[in-house]
Amino acid sequence: MMMRLSPKPALVKPAPDHFKQLLQESPFAKRAMPLCRTRDVMNWNGFALVNVYSTVEEEYFAIRNRSSVFDLAPMMKYRISGKDAEAYCNRLVTRDVRKQKPGRVSYVVWCDEAGMVIDDGTLFRFSATEFRLCSQERQIDWLLDCALGYDVTISDVSESIMALTLQGPTSASLLKLCGFKGVENIKPFEIKDWKIGKLAVTVSRTGFTADLGYELWVDAGDAIALWDLLFEHGQGRGLVPIGNEALNMARIEAGLLLPGIDFISSMANVRMGFCRSPYELGLDFTVDLAKPHFNGRAALVAEKQNETSRSKLIGLEIESNKPVNDSIVYSDESCQTEIGFVTSAIWSPTCKRNIAIAQINAPYYGTLTQFWVELYLKRELTWQRRVLEAWPVERPFFAHPRRRQTPAGDY
Amino acid sequence: MVNKTQSRDARNSRDSGAVKKQQSVQQTSSHRYDVVVIGSGHNGLVTASYLARAGLDVLVVEKNDYIGGAAVSRNLYKDFTYSNCSYVCSLLRPEIMRDLELPHHGLQVIPYEGGAVLMPGKQFLGSSNNHEIQRREFAKFSIRDSEAYDRLSRDVIRQCKFIKPLLLRTPPDPTSFKPRDLTELLYLGQKLHRLGEKQMHETMRFWTMSVSDFLDEYFESDLIKAMYAGSAIIGTALGPKSPGTAYVMLHHFMGDVDGAVGAWGFARGGMGSVTKALASSFRAAGGEIRTGDGVAQIRIKGGKAVGVVLESGEEIKAKRVISGADVRRTFTGMCDPSDLPAEFLQQVQNYKARGSSGKLNIALDGLPEFSALPKGSPFVTGDMHIRDSMESLERAYDDWKNGSWSEAPYVDMLIPSQIDPTMTADGKHYMTVFVQYCPYKLAAGEWTDARRKAFGDTVINAIAKHSPNFKSLILHAEVRTPWDIEREVGLTEGNIFQGELTMDQLLFNRPIPGYAQYHTPIDNLYLCGSTTHPGGGVMGAPGANAARTVLGDIGKLSRSLGQPSYRSLFYKSHGRTAKPIKAMSVAGSAP
Repeated sequence: MMMRLSPKPALVKPAPDHFKQLLQESPFAKRAMPLCRTRDVMNWNGFALVNVYSTVEEEYFAIRNRSSVFDLAPMMKYRISGKDAEAYCNRLVTRDVRKQKPGRVSYVVWCDEAGMVIDDGTLFRFSATEFRLCSQERQIDWLLDCALGYDVTISDVSESIMALTLQGPTSASLLKLCGFKGVENIKPFEIKDWKIGKLAVTVSRTGFTADLGYELWVDAGDAIALWDLLFEHGQGRGLVPIGNEALNMARIEAGLLLPGIDFISSMANVRMGFCRSPYELGLDFTVDLAKPHFNGRAALVAEKQNETSRSKLIGLEIESNKPVNDSIVYSDESCQTEIGFVTSAIWSPTCKRNIAIAQINAPYYGTLTQFWVELYLKRELTWQRRVLEAWPVERPFFAHPRRRQTPAGDY
Repeated sequence: MVNKTQSRDARNSRDSGAVKKQQSVQQTSSHRYDVVVIGSGHNGLVTASYLARAGLDVLVVEKNDYIGGAAVSRNLYKDFTYSNCSYVCSLLRPEIMRDLELPHHGLQVIPYEGGAVLMPGKQFLGSSNNHEIQRREFAKFSIRDSEAYDRLSRDVIRQCKFIKPLLLRTPPDPTSFKPRDLTELLYLGQKLHRLGEKQMHETMRFWTMSVSDFLDEYFESDLIKAMYAGSAIIGTALGPKSPGTAYVMLHHFMGDVDGAVGAWGFARGGMGSVTKALASSFRAAGGEIRTGDGVAQIRIKGGKAVGVVLESGEEIKAKRVISGADVRRTFTGMCDPSDLPAEFLQQVQNYKARGSSGKLNIALDGLPEFSALPKGSPFVTGDMHIRDSMESLERAYDDWKNGSWSEAPYVDMLIPSQIDPTMTADGKHYMTVFVQYCPYKLAAGEWTDARRKAFGDTVINAIAKHSPNFKSLILHAEVRTPWDIEREVGLTEGNIFQGELTMDQLLFNRPIPGYAQYHTPIDNLYLCGSTTHPGGGVMGAPGANAARTVLGDIGKLSRSLGQPSYRSLFYKSHGRTAKPIKAMSVAGSAP
C-alpha cells in the first residue's frame, strides 16, 4: 500500500533577473533601511537585515529600558494543517504537543533518529488541526520527509506572513496606545488576534530577550502598515528599531541558543560527532520521554539511561570585563587539559557580569566548579594572552520578573 | 639524428627559459639515466619533477612534438588557444602545486562563477557559487529541492572528507602482511570507523550505487537530478542508471579551488598551462624533456626494465622506467609479451578503458547568445549543459551501447575566453564542448571524415537550438572522437580517465588487483598515470604517489624527508590537539 504523501508546496517563482540581487529585501525594508545609519547589513536566510541601526548601546538599552522593534521577515514559518497535524507535530518534536492548547506557543526542539538536534523554534497552535512552526533555518525538506503517511499539508508561509518583535518594558503600554485593547492580559506564550482599523494582527507574548515582549504577525501586504502603526505611537514609549547585534546581546543574557552559533544542526553537520542532543544542549525541559514515539526518542532514552551525554552547554561567568568569544576552556590554570570551548560571550551591561555559553566535555561539566578560559587580547596592535578564571552559573543570566507578570504593567 | 636533436633542443629552449642541461642532449647512447618517464602528461611530469628534485637524472620522452598529454593548450586556428582535451581544473592537488612551485612557474587557476542547464522551450536552471542565487534557481523547480541541495552537499562533503586524504596515499594491499600495508589498512579502517556506523553504510552504498538512485534520495525534480547526474557520466561508459556512477560524481566533487569544495576553474592560458608550469619546474630542477619521438618498446632484461627504445630506433638506457601511459597501452603496446606473466597480461587486456566522450573546440567570432539566459547573467560564464531529463541521459547512453554517438548528446560547454583574456583576441571567443556519449568504434564501421563531420554537426545543431546566432559565429571547429584522442594523446580507446572509475578498478584494485602500488610485474618498471590510484582528472596525485614509491625503492625517501619540496609525499596528520603554549602571563590578571 502506498503511504500518503503530503501535497507538494506551491512554487514561489523568483523574478527572472533575481541573480542581480544577492540578498532579498524585507517587506519592512522601505521603512527600516532609511533608519539604518551605519549601512551595516547582514545576511539571514538570504535577506538583507540590519545589523546595527545607529549604535549597539542605544539599541541594546532600548530592549532593556524602553521598546525595541526587530524585523523577523527572514524567519522561516511553516503552516502545518490537517487531520493529523497534532500527531505529526508530536512525532516531530521532543515535547508533548498533545498538552499544548490552541492559542498557545511552545518552545520546541526537533531531532533526527540519532537524537541529534536539527533545529529549535517556536510552535504555534491555532486550533486542533492547525499549527505554525517558526525556525531560524530552512526546514521544508525535513518537514516533508517526516510527513510521509500523515494527513497533513505543510506549506512554507515565510514570505506571506511577516512579523516584528516588539520587546521591552514599555511594550505592553505601547501596544495599548496603538489600540490593542486588553493586550496586557495575555499570558506568556499566549496568542490572540486583534483588528486595528483594517489591520489584522496576531499577537503572541513571545520573544528572545527574557523580558516583557510581543511578536506581532501580519500578512506580508500589511507589513508597512504594522510598522507605521507602531512608530505612530512609539515616540512616547521610546520605540527604537534594533539590529541583530543588540538583539544578540539580549538573547545571550536570556541564555537562549542559536543554531550555527551554539550548536550545529545535524542537517548541516559534516564532521562526525559534532552535533548535539537536546540533553547536551541543556534543553532537558523540552524532552518528554513519557510520550509515545517521536524522532530520536530511542537514542535519547539510551542517552538518559546510560548517561552518555558527551558534553553540556552551560552558563559561565568569567572574571574581568573582556568578552571571551571563541575561547577554549581548560580545567587547569596552566592550560594543559582542554575541556571545551565558548560558543557565545558578552559583557552583560545590565547584569554587570562577564558571561558566556560554553560547551564543556564530559566528565567535567557538573563536577568542576572552576574553569580557566584562554583569551587573546589585541591592545594597540599588540596581542596578549590572558588566562581567566571562570565558574558555572545558571542560565538565563538575566530574566526580569516582569516578563511573566500578567497583567503586564507599564514598566 | 643530430639535426633532430638540435631542432628538439631549439624547441625546448623556446618554450622554456628555465635552466637546462645542455650537455645531456648531446650525450651518447651509453649515458644511463636514473629514470626515464614515458609521456609528458601531467602525471608523468609530476613524477619526473619530484624525482629530479630528489637529485635524480631524469628524462621525459614524449611522442608528440608538443608536451602536455591531455593537458594541452594548442593554436590550431589563428591566434585562438584551445584547451584541446581536458578543459577545466579543480582536482589538481594544491599540495603538488605548492611543492613543485607551479604558481611560480606560471600556473594560475581562476574560478568561474556560474553555469546553466539549458532545456527545450527557453527554460533553464542556473547554477551559481552564490548560495542564495542557487537556492532560488532550484526553487523555480522545487522548493523542497532548493533545500535538499544543502543535504546533498553535506553528504557529498562527508564522503569527500573520507576519500580526500586517501588521494595522496598509496593504497594498501589487503592481502599483504607487510607492516606498511597493515598500517595503511589500519588507517583506512580507522577512518571508516570514525565515520560512525550509519555513515559507514552510506559510504559503502555511495561507492556502489547508481547516481540515479542516489539522487532520488534527495531530489524530486527530474531536471535537478539530471543536472547533478552530468558529472557522474562524464568520461564514463556508463549511464546514470548504471551502478557505480554515484562514485564518479563524487570524484568530480573532490576537487576544490582555494578551499571551495567542488568548485571548478580555468587554468589561465588553457589547460596546457598546467603541463607548461610542470615542465618549467622540472627543467629548473635539472630535468630533460625530449619531444617528437615516442617509446616503441620498453627494454626488459632478466625481469628488469633497463631502458626504452624510441620510435626513431634510438635506445635510451635507464635504471628505472616509469610509464605515464595507461596500463593497457604500457603492457600491450610497449612490452614484449614473453617478458610478462600470461595471467597479468590477460587482466591488462580486460582492463576497462572504454571511449565514451568526444570533444569540440570552436573558434567564435563573438559571444553567442543563449535565448533562455537573461542578459548579463553570470550563468553564461561557467559550464552550460544541454539536457532535459534523466531519461534522455539514459537514452543518450543507449545510443552509445548501440555503437553510435548520442543523437541528443549530453553537452558540457564553456567559453573560458569570457574570463581568461589570454585565450583569444578581443571580441573573439573560444568554446570548449565536451560531448557524452561518443563511441570509440562505430557499429557502422570505421571513423571517417564524413562520420566525424556528422558527429560534429549533431553537436553543433544541438547547441544551435539554444543559441540562434551560434552557427553564424563559428570560424573554426575541431571535432575529436575517442578514436582521435587515442591516436593523438595515446589514451586507450580515448578513455579520458585512463580506465573507468568503477569500484572494481579503484583503490587497491587500480589498475590491476595486486599491482595497485605503482609497481608492475617487471622490476624497475612503474606506472604513474591516471590508470593508477586515485584515478583520472588533472589531479597529479597518481604522479606524486608513484614518485614516493620510486624514492622509497631507492632509499632516497628518508633523505628527502623534511625538505619543503617533498612535503606532500609524506603522510601527515593535521595536528588537531596541539598543546597550547604554557601561560605566559599571570593567570587572572585583569586585562
